[in-house]
Amino acid sequence: MSAAAETVSAGSARTARIVIYSLLVLLALVYLLPLYVMLTTSFKSLAEIRGGDMLALPRDPSWEAWTKAWGQACIGVTCEGIKGYFWNSIRMVVPAVLISTVLGALNGYVLTKWRFPGHKLVFGLMLFACFIPFQAVLIPMARVLGIFGLANSTTGLVFVHVVYGLGFTTLFFRNYYEAFPDELIKAAMIDGAGFFKIFWRILLPSSGPIIVVTIIYQFTNIWNDFLFGVSFSSGAESPMTVALNNLVSSSTGVKEYNVDMAAAVFAALPTLFVYIVAGRYFVRGLMAGAVKG
Amino acid sequence: MTTIEPVPIVTPERPRRSFTARLGTLLPKIVLAPSFAITLIFVYGFILWTVYLSFTRSRILPVYDLVGLDAYYRLWSQPNWYMAIKNLAIFGVLYISLCTAIGLFIAILMDQRIRAEGLLRPIFLYPMALSFVVTGTAWKWFLNPGLGLEKTMHNLGWESFKFDWLVNTDMAIYTIVIAGVWQASGFVMAMFLAGLRGIDGEIIKAAQIDGAPVFAIYRRIIIPMLRPVFLSAFIVLAHMAIKSYDLVIALTGGGPGNATELPSTFMYSYTFTRSQMAVGSASAVMMLMGITAIIVPYLYSELREKRS
Amino acid sequence: MSFLEIKNLSKKIGNNEVLKNISIELEKGGFLVLVGPSGCGKSTLLNAIAGLMPLTSGEIVLDGQVINDLHPSKRDIAMVFQSYALYPNMTVEENIGFALEMRGVDKSERGELIRNVAKTLQIEHLLSRRPSQLSGGQRQRVAMGRALVRQPRVFLFDEPLSNLDAKLRVEMRAEIKSLHHNTDATIIYVTHDQIEAMTLATKIVVLKDGAIQQVGTPAEIYNHPANLFVADFMGSPAMNMLKGKAVSSNGTRQISIFDGTVRVPMPSSVTTQLADGREVILGLRPEGITDEGLVDPTADAIAKVDADVRLVEPTGSDTFVTATLQGSSFTGRVRADVPIAPRERFTFVFNLDKAVVFDPATNQRLT
Repeated sequence: MSAAAETVSAGSARTARIVIYSLLVLLALVYLLPLYVMLTTSFKSLAEIRGGDMLALPRDPSWEAWTKAWGQACIGVTCEGIKGYFWNSIRMVVPAVLISTVLGALNGYVLTKWRFPGHKLVFGLMLFACFIPFQAVLIPMARVLGIFGLANSTTGLVFVHVVYGLGFTTLFFRNYYEAFPDELIKAAMIDGAGFFKIFWRILLPSSGPIIVVTIIYQFTNIWNDFLFGVSFSSGAESPMTVALNNLVSSSTGVKEYNVDMAAAVFAALPTLFVYIVAGRYFVRGLMAGAVKG
Repeated sequence: MTTIEPVPIVTPERPRRSFTARLGTLLPKIVLAPSFAITLIFVYGFILWTVYLSFTRSRILPVYDLVGLDAYYRLWSQPNWYMAIKNLAIFGVLYISLCTAIGLFIAILMDQRIRAEGLLRPIFLYPMALSFVVTGTAWKWFLNPGLGLEKTMHNLGWESFKFDWLVNTDMAIYTIVIAGVWQASGFVMAMFLAGLRGIDGEIIKAAQIDGAPVFAIYRRIIIPMLRPVFLSAFIVLAHMAIKSYDLVIALTGGGPGNATELPSTFMYSYTFTRSQMAVGSASAVMMLMGITAIIVPYLYSELREKRS
Repeated sequence: MSFLEIKNLSKKIGNNEVLKNISIELEKGGFLVLVGPSGCGKSTLLNAIAGLMPLTSGEIVLDGQVINDLHPSKRDIAMVFQSYALYPNMTVEENIGFALEMRGVDKSERGELIRNVAKTLQIEHLLSRRPSQLSGGQRQRVAMGRALVRQPRVFLFDEPLSNLDAKLRVEMRAEIKSLHHNTDATIIYVTHDQIEAMTLATKIVVLKDGAIQQVGTPAEIYNHPANLFVADFMGSPAMNMLKGKAVSSNGTRQISIFDGTVRVPMPSSVTTQLADGREVILGLRPEGITDEGLVDPTADAIAKVDADVRLVEPTGSDTFVTATLQGSSFTGRVRADVPIAPRERFTFVFNLDKAVVFDPATNQRLT
């Protein structure tokens, strides 16, 4: 659909096109500015930052801030950079994404193809769980993780992310499988395939796109999480986002903006990478998460 | 005389339902059960737990003797809480309306058969892939009163330019609006763009034949047809606004003073740093009620429509 | 004893009774067509036979065995779906062989069975393709192949031709019919298309609102519809329904129609004596209303009616003419070369041998 002006005269249409393109380019520059500033600052020396212009390109680009952010920057009492926290996040994200995706796929399968009385209520309750403010479960979760000895551990965070990601993964697969023809399931039943066989042989081979969407969505959400990380972990067990915040908001010593920015880029890299490689699926995930039902 | 042939009475064998057959019908429920149980316990059970705590006098540790609405009285007598509510109102209204307006505006621009759409679209959307902490860090630097935008303007020759919102008690909340809008408006744009692409082109052609100018087509036909997208955008943005926590922590830390306190930061600090667990719980319950009021009618109508 | 017997089958969904006390029998090798408007329960009935949906009450007996509680795969049935339901991720060969694979048939035997079926259906060259690469007609054949390869006791067809275009539909219809002839398969076939029902069936079941309206051979259903619904549903253009009254004059039974302006002999399908003045509905198919040149010379009872022509619809082979008299209209079928135009008066010949009479109070046919 496009209501491009075809009825107006050629001259004014041309002017309109120029205005539209200029507006879009201007807006694009505004959206890119923070990223640009973040990157250029990370390549500058502290002296250049203090003396120079934020928007200027680095006069003498160096990786110094990057190596420092990765391996030497002080976070809390340790000065080993963010690399440990980066790996914490990886160790947290991978199992959490895989487990929640597998469970979501099975849930979506049951909720669309093996319906039972009350399936709607079950789904509604799981769906609402996507929206609750997590503040409403923080205190009990902190207690329970403490009781089971999972407080301040990666395992604990994996568990938390699986629990609160289930609603989303179930939603994605449910909506995808909803559009999957029931007749195929019937045909497979008549052909003699059972519950798991139908899932494994008929549904799963056709689920590629939604698996990608779900993994990307979960990966982005869990990697970017801050609230659970800061609530249920501390010190050396923290995920990347918490460490970045500790680094940036620490008020001791000299403020090294270039190191802060390099660390921020490190924190942003995995999700940006996924976004650039599979942007289409990323957007689809956002949309699927936004438009319910 | 006719002889009546004996009619063989065949009682067809009727197989009893075997154990495996019954297991077969239960299997789907068995598969779903763990997830549902997890949701019941860790979402709804925990919510009830939090509600219970809000009726106690819990401080640094939970205590379980009920004292009624004490925590709610204390919550609503905190100037800090009023600050949080007021800030949420400012942030929420501006965040939702600006994201919607800018998102719709860019979407309409992008819908004019733009050649570089494939290049521009990711630029508007990439902030959504970033963590709020990264966004906060970037904007904190960008808006830094000494070294950021202000200095750049001075260098450009605009000596009197002053931009200290980040440390200005009255203006700090608006920096959060700016960063929030920067992050989410591209996503709203994508939603609107998808909505625009979903509109039947023949309707537009009909309107053009009816003689409607482009502006009127958008105002009278297209934008009204995007109603469902407005609703979806509102729901998404409203619940993101209420849940916003990371961005505030990373950008202003709730300060200066309590100038950018939001219910989410209020809950966290009262619960975990100020040892007022009951008051923290009460504030969490208020947040939950706010989101419930928005989400439940929406989900209810969405799930009902799908009944057919 | 019948090969397939459905006894007092009922199905409730919530408070809605979608199948009401259905009883049907079918002999081995029979071709049963379930026909009716959408929502009449015909697909529900088929799903119940397939075991894809639990029953509320009643029994399904196949070859002496109650199959009510058997899993669909254990009933030894095969089904062809409206959407064909081909597995999108498998090749044609894998699609056809899937059921055999699930039953543990070894690979070489499977290959042979698949090739035989593919040969019968002339789809050998498609075996390595995926469903998305096939045309509608080819998909249809693969779906039939998937059913045939199993050699089941009963084939179920759920509106298998409704997704094909008109020409292909006629072709496939003929092919299904010859398949039935050649294999002696027992078939249950669901359709909303009364022509499919007429051409294919050895036995037709007409359903409406979950209840059986009539069971019979195509000829019985067409010529002696049990009630107004069946009469109206089967046949196109629909049967003419003319309001009338039973009268007798000089001992001959007649029906007066068109507000008493025309009297026609009582059709021979009515053998009971009807009271004078009793209201009836005279049902006459368009082919029973012709021009004078097309009159069946063997007809016993005919009547000439002059009426105003309203609409002329030539089909090429014949021409359908709609005319009115005394405010009621009817459609007749005349020769294509009869000169006839709207707003003219034309003499129609009613062949009462083909007429049936209904009771307007009960909607049932009078005998």
